[in-house]
Amino acid sequence: MTRARVLIRPKEGILDPQGKAVERALPALGFEGIEHVRVGRMVELEVEDPERIGELCEKLLANPLIEDYEIERLDGAA
Amino acid sequence: MRWGVLQFPGSCDERDALKACSLLGEARLVWHEERDLGDVDAVVVPGGFSYGDYLRAGAIARFSAAMEAVAAFAQAGGPVLGICNGFQVLCEAGLLPGALLLNEDLRFHCRQLELIDDDGERLSIPAKHGEGRYYAPEDVLDELEANGQVAYRYAPGQNPNGSARDIAGVRSRAGNVLGLMPHPEHAVDPLTGSTDGLKVFEAVAAAGARA
Repeated sequence: MTRARVLIRPKEGILDPQGKAVERALPALGFEGIEHVRVGRMVELEVEDPERIGELCEKLLANPLIEDYEIERLDGAA
Repeated sequence: MRWGVLQFPGSCDERDALKACSLLGEARLVWHEERDLGDVDAVVVPGGFSYGDYLRAGAIARFSAAMEAVAAFAQAGGPVLGICNGFQVLCEAGLLPGALLLNEDLRFHCRQLELIDDDGERLSIPAKHGEGRYYAPEDVLDELEANGQVAYRYAPGQNPNGSARDIAGVRSRAGNVLGLMPHPEHAVDPLTGSTDGLKVFEAVAAAGARA
């Protein structure tokens, strides 16, 4: 089994209100100089055939209309 | 006319939808594991939180047995109405264009509001959702408008979620699949203040008659 991590985030240009809310909260806590905060999600999985991860991202894990994704293999297999 | 109303684990508006459909014909619930829609003339995908809305609203419901049957039913021209979570499911399934995103202000809104249909008629219908901001790329929005696929808009100043171009509901290119965020099934009895929701169900029935 190959361990992998999929990072999913809203596409550039799509309003991300969660990111905005986090960004607005930071100065109140004394964190200045932070911008372009985007909130996404991460999925970890183990898969027999890592070649299929892209397909399952397209079909289920991400909605390609509104989200970008990156696949990261964790077992050192390139 | 016989209506089938889908029921997923996590659906919560299927009973009101069943009641609304029964005012216009016969109606029955369709459990999410059912594959046979042979006895129904129209399908409603109701509101709620199918499969807990895990991952993304509607993303998992799309792969249910019943939704595979609905996709075939829609491709054959059968009328399908998706309400709220049902609209999200139809978008995820690719039966309608676009996607529904978190409300712009991150708040769940629940209130009576006014929609404007294709003919300019105003309908008073409640909306209740946290993830109803309609999104599609600009060129797709232009295309939807040019093809007459924008079925309902929020009346000026009443867009509760930041939807592109005030869009509250869209239909498929062929016209037989309709989805909207507000809840026509909650506006079918004078007891709750408006019966305008029936007009939405009637429009779906008419689309089926034409297909």
